[in-house]
Amino acid sequence: MKKLLLGDEALALGAIHAGLSGVYAYPGTPSTEITEFIQADPVARQRGVHSRWCTNEKTAMEAALGMSYAGKRALVCMKHVGMNVCADAFVNAAVTGVNGGVVVVAADDPSMHSSQNEQDSRFYAKFAMVPVFEPSNQQETYDMMADAFALSERAGLPVVMRMVTRLAHSRAAVAVAENAGAENALHLSEDRGWVLLPAIARRQYVKLIDKQAALVEAAEKSAYNRLEQAAADTPLTVVACGIAYNYVKEALQRGARAASVLKLSQYPLPAEQLRAIDAAGGKVLVVEDGQPVVEELLHAQLSDRCTVAGRLTGDLPRTGELTPDNVAAALGLPAPEGQPASDVLAARPPQLCPGCGHRDVYTALNKVMEDYPEGRVFGDIGCYTLGALPPFKTLASCVDMGASITMAKGAADAGVFPAVAVIGDSTFTHSGMTGLLDAANENTPITVVLSDNLTTAMTGGQDSAGTSKFEAICIALGVPPEHVKVVVPLPANMEEITRILREELNYKGVSVIIPRRECMQTLRRHKAGKK
Amino acid sequence: MKKDIILCGVGGQGILSIATVIGEAATKEGLTLKQAEVHGMSQRGGDVQSNLRLSDGEIFSDLIPLGTADLVISMEPMEALRYLPWLSRDGVVITSSKPFVNIPDYPAEEALESALAALPHLVRADIETLAKQAGNPKGANMVLLGMAASHIGIVSTDDLREALARIFARKGDAVVEANRHCFDLGLAAAR
Repeated sequence: MKKLLLGDEALALGAIHAGLSGVYAYPGTPSTEITEFIQADPVARQRGVHSRWCTNEKTAMEAALGMSYAGKRALVCMKHVGMNVCADAFVNAAVTGVNGGVVVVAADDPSMHSSQNEQDSRFYAKFAMVPVFEPSNQQETYDMMADAFALSERAGLPVVMRMVTRLAHSRAAVAVAENAGAENALHLSEDRGWVLLPAIARRQYVKLIDKQAALVEAAEKSAYNRLEQAAADTPLTVVACGIAYNYVKEALQRGARAASVLKLSQYPLPAEQLRAIDAAGGKVLVVEDGQPVVEELLHAQLSDRCTVAGRLTGDLPRTGELTPDNVAAALGLPAPEGQPASDVLAARPPQLCPGCGHRDVYTALNKVMEDYPEGRVFGDIGCYTLGALPPFKTLASCVDMGASITMAKGAADAGVFPAVAVIGDSTFTHSGMTGLLDAANENTPITVVLSDNLTTAMTGGQDSAGTSKFEAICIALGVPPEHVKVVVPLPANMEEITRILREELNYKGVSVIIPRRECMQTLRRHKAGKK
Repeated sequence: MKKDIILCGVGGQGILSIATVIGEAATKEGLTLKQAEVHGMSQRGGDVQSNLRLSDGEIFSDLIPLGTADLVISMEPMEALRYLPWLSRDGVVITSSKPFVNIPDYPAEEALESALAALPHLVRADIETLAKQAGNPKGANMVLLGMAASHIGIVSTDDLREALARIFARKGDAVVEANRHCFDLGLAAAR
C-alpha cells in the first residue's frame, strides 16, 4: 500500500507500525506534524497510544524513559533547540540505558526557517554516544523506525532520529505495511543501572563505552549506508549524509562528473567504508545539511592520501541549508541560466494576524512605554516575537523559551526601570514558571505580561498546558494576588489596559498582567467546526 | 517526462489546495511526485511557496534547482516575480492579477505592470472576481488551477478536473460543483 506522506507523517506511521506505545513531545517547527499525525491516527487512537502534548521537551524525555523502564516503546519529538531543554535527561538516558525502545526525534532547521539557531543534533548524539539515523527520503524515514526501535532495544540505548526541515515538510509516496506491529508487553526493568548514584553511574558509563564497537559495526552493516563506486575511475568521493544524498544524485543525474558516493544515513561513522575511501585516496567532499560534523571527523580520521572538503573549506557554504544548487556547484556543475531576478520585489515578512490580541497588547505597551525611554520590554518565543518588527518594535530581546522573565529580572537587578517581560501562555508553562519563582522570591520589580491566547499558536494551535490555571500558578509561585490582573486585549479596552499597565509598572515588586483572548486562527477553526 | 512547478502566494491564500489536486491527479496516473511545503510562522501573512515535482521516473531532490522550473503558479502577482530565478528560460508564469497589499513598501502599480509585461510567457486573470462570478468566492485557487491546467501537461485537464472532484467529494456535491465551475472559468480565461 502506498500513501502520500510528509516526512514527519512517514516517521509517525513508521513508529505506530513498529509497535509504539507513546509519543511525548512539545510542538516545534519542523517536528509538530509527527505528534499530530499520531493523535489523529485511528490505530493509535484505538490502541490508546499516549499522544497528549507535554509541557516541555524535558518532561517529554523523562516520561518516555518511564515508559521504556516499563518495557514499552516510546517516541520523543522536538525541534532541534528542544534538545537543549531535555539535554540533562537525554545524555543521562545513554548512561542508564533503556529497556523498551526509545527513539528521540530531533528535527533540525538549517537556514533557520522558524528558529533561533542552526545547531546540529548529530553533535548531541555524539556527545551522548548514541546511534543516529538520518533518513534521505520519506520512504527511508518510514522504514527506519522499525530498525531504530530494534537497535535501541538491542543496544539498550536511546537512538536519535535526525530530521531536517526539507524532509520533515516534503511529501512523497511511501510504501507502508497494511497492519501495525504489536506493542511490547509490560515488562519492568530490574536493572540497578537506572539509579545513577556515582558508584553505579561509573559502571554504567564504562558499559556505554563498551557498547560503541557494536554501534560502529551496526553502521557498517546498515542497509542505509552504502558505498556506491563510480563506473569509471575517479579521484572524487562524495560523502552524502542524510538528505544530501538526493542533491548529490540530482547533480549526477544532471551531468556532474562521475564520483563514488558514500550514502551515509546511520552513525557512528562506519569504519569499514571509511577505510575503503581512504585506500582510494583523492578528494573527499562531505555534503551534510547543518554543521560540518562529519567533515571535522574525517579531517581527523582519514590519512593524508585524502583531501577532505566541505563547508569548512568553502566548497559548500558555511551556513544555511543545502540546496540542489549549492551541491551542484560544489560538484562543478554549471548553473542553468534561468530568468533574471526581478527588481520590483519587496520583502513580505510574516505578521500578526488581523484582530490578534497580541496587537492590542503591543499597542498598549508602546503607549505606556513612551513615558519611560530608559525602560525595556524583553520578549520570548512565539507569534508575539513579531512584536520586535515594525509596526510595533516593542521588544528588545528574544533568546530562548522563558528568557523574557529572567532577562527582565536580571535587567531590573542591574537597575533598569521599568523592566517588562512579554511571554505567551504556552512558553510560560514550558520554561517561564521557574524564572517567575526566582523573581517572586526576591520580589524583583518586574512586570510580566503573560499574553494568553489559550493555545500554542505559532505551531498551529496545539493545546497549551496551563490553560485556565495561570492566575493560580502565578499566585502559588508567590506573586501577590492583588498584582495578578486579567484584561481583555481589545481596542475598546485600551484605556483600562494602559491604566493597569501604568499602575503595575510603578509597583515595586513582581506583578503579572494576563491579557486573555482566543487566538484568531483557533477561533476561526472553532467557529467553522460549530457550523 | 518531468514537470517542475513552483506554487506561491501569501500565507493563507490556499496554495497547498492547488498542490493537493495536482498531486491527486499525478498519483492516480502513477507518476512520482515530491512536494516541499512551508509550515510554521511564515504562514502568518508572509510569502509562501511550495515546490511540486512530477515525473514518470525517479525524483531525487525535494527542491527544484534554479533555472529549471517549468511553471510558476502564483496567487499574487508580485509573489510570482519572487521565483523568476527558479524559472527556466521558456518557463511560464500563471498568476492572479490582483495585488495583495499587506506591507508598506509594495511596489508601484506601473513598476509591477512592466515587470509582468516583460515576462516571455504570462497567463493572468483576476481570479477573485472570476471566483465571485462562479458564486464561490473561496474558489479563487481553483480558478488559478484551471488557468494552469493546459500548461501542466504531464497530467491532462480532464485528470485534474476529476482529481478536484475526488478531493472535494467529502464536502458534498455542491462544493464539488462550485469548485469545478471555478476551474472551468480559469480554463476559459487562459485560452
